[in-house]
Amino acid sequence: MSYTIPIGPYHPALEEPYKLELECEGERVRAAHLQIGFNFRAIELLAQSRNVIQNIALFERVCGICSNVHTLTYCLAVENLLGIEPPLRAQYIRVIVAELERLHSHILWAGAAAHILGFQTLFMTCFRLREIVMDLLESISGNRVNYAMNAVGGVNRDLTDPRTVQEGVHQIRRAVEEQLIPVFTTDPTVRARCAGVGVLTKEEALAWGAVGPTARASGVAQDLRQAQPYLIYDRLDFSVPVQESGDVLARIIVRALEMVESCLMIEQALDQLPSGEWRGQLFVELPPGEAVARIEAPRGEVFYYLASDGGEKPVRVKVRTPSFVNMPTVRLMLKDATLADAPLIQASIDPCYSCTDR
Amino acid sequence: MDVKPSLFDRLVRYARGRSPWLFHLNCGGCNGCDIEFLACLTPRYDVEQLGIRLEGSPRHADILCISGPVTRNTQAALQTIYAQTPAPKVVVAIGSCPASGNVFADSPSVVGPLENFVPVDVYVPGCPPRPDAILEGIVHAIEILKAKVVRSAEGGTYV
Repeated sequence: MSYTIPIGPYHPALEEPYKLELECEGERVRAAHLQIGFNFRAIELLAQSRNVIQNIALFERVCGICSNVHTLTYCLAVENLLGIEPPLRAQYIRVIVAELERLHSHILWAGAAAHILGFQTLFMTCFRLREIVMDLLESISGNRVNYAMNAVGGVNRDLTDPRTVQEGVHQIRRAVEEQLIPVFTTDPTVRARCAGVGVLTKEEALAWGAVGPTARASGVAQDLRQAQPYLIYDRLDFSVPVQESGDVLARIIVRALEMVESCLMIEQALDQLPSGEWRGQLFVELPPGEAVARIEAPRGEVFYYLASDGGEKPVRVKVRTPSFVNMPTVRLMLKDATLADAPLIQASIDPCYSCTDR
Repeated sequence: MDVKPSLFDRLVRYARGRSPWLFHLNCGGCNGCDIEFLACLTPRYDVEQLGIRLEGSPRHADILCISGPVTRNTQAALQTIYAQTPAPKVVVAIGSCPASGNVFADSPSVVGPLENFVPVDVYVPGCPPRPDAILEGIVHAIEILKAKVVRSAEGGTYV
C-alpha cells in the first residue's frame, strides 16, 4: 500500500523551512516532491532599489552560512563591469576569508550530518572545532557571521595578524586529519548509515547539472578554482578531491578532504601575502552594461548577473546559487531509499534554502 | 479571581524555570541567527547548563525562539505553531529581522515585523546576535516564564 508522508515546513529534522512530501510503499520511498519558497524575501527586487554600496550589505544577508561568497561574487561582478582589479593584497585577503568560510561551512555540515546520524559526540566535536574557525574569522573581520569584508575594488579590513591565523589553521588541520577524517571514514556506525546510501551516478550528476561537492562525490572533477581560476587561486598549489561512488559516504569524504585542502591553501596564501594597498575605492555610479561573475562556493558554483543603465542602482541582479541545481538531484537519490535514510540523504547535498529562495 | 498558589503550583513554577524547552522557528531568515542559535547548544556556550533542551515539537515547548523577518509564506505556519504551543509560553525574537525587518524591511514578500502576528517578550537585537547575547535573552525569557505561571489546579485562573 502506498501512502504520502508530508514533512515540514517546520520539522525537527529540518534546519530551515521547506516542505518534503515522500510517497512511500512500506519502508521504501518511491517518489519525493520538494516545495520551497518559504524564505523568499525578494532580494533581487530589493537590489534594484538600492545603490551599489547598499547592495553589498543586502547580498551579505542572502545566506548566513556563506555570506562572504555572495558579497565576493557581487563585488567581482561590479568590478567586471567597472573594468577594475583589486590590489593584490586585497585578493589574498579575500581568498583567505573565502577558504576560512568554506572550512566553517563544511565543519558545520559535518556536525549537522553527525546530528542526523544520531552521533552526538561527533556533533559536539565538530562544533567545538568550528569555534576555532569562528574565532579566526572574528579576529580578521570583527564579526562571527556577516563578515562585511568585501568592498568594490578591495576589502574593508586589513589582515593584521597573520601569525594567529597560521597557528589556528594549523590546529584545525591537525584536528581534521586526526579526528574527523578517521571517524567519518572508519567508524562502523557512520559506514553502516552512509555507504551505498543515496547514490547519484556520474551520468545522473552530469545530466542534472549537479555542482560542487555533490558532483565531485559522483566522479565529476569540476571545480571553478581550478577550471577557471579567479582572484589568486592560480598561484596556490592544491588538488581537487574526487570520489567515484556517489553515495553519502563519498560526499562526506569529499568535504572532509576539501577541509584539509582549504587549510593548506590558507597556509600558502599567508606565506605569500604581499604588502601594499588593500582598500576599496568609492564608486557611486555604474557604467551602462552587463557583467557576470562566478565563483566556487562551499556548496558549488555561485553565479551573479548584473545589468546597469548607467545610474546608481543596478537595473537587474540575478543570483543563481548551487543549492538551486543540487536540490533536484535529491529526488534521484531518494528513489527506493528507506524512509529512515531520507533526512540524511537530503542533508547530504548540504542544501541551503535561504540561498535558493533569496 | 486570584488564587493563592498551592504547594503544587509553586513546585511546577520552580521546575518549569529550571527546565524550559525551546522550539526554534526560522520565519524566512538568512540562517545567520540560526547557526548562532545552534552554536548556543554546543560545548563553548552550552545552553544546556541552564536545564534547557531543544525540542522538536511546539506542543512540548515553553520558549519559542523565532528568527527571520516573517515572510508571506511562513506567516500561516508561524501562527499555527504559536497556537500549538501550550501556555505559559514566552517568545524570544532573535536578531534584527523579527524586530524591524532589517535590510528586508521594504520587501513586498515580507509581512513582518514579528509583533504583528505574535506577542514578543524578549528581543535579542543584532545581525546576527552573538551566542552570548542569545543566551542572555533566553535567561530573561526564563524569568518571564517563571512570572507568567500558572493555571491554578483549584480555580482555573491565572495567578
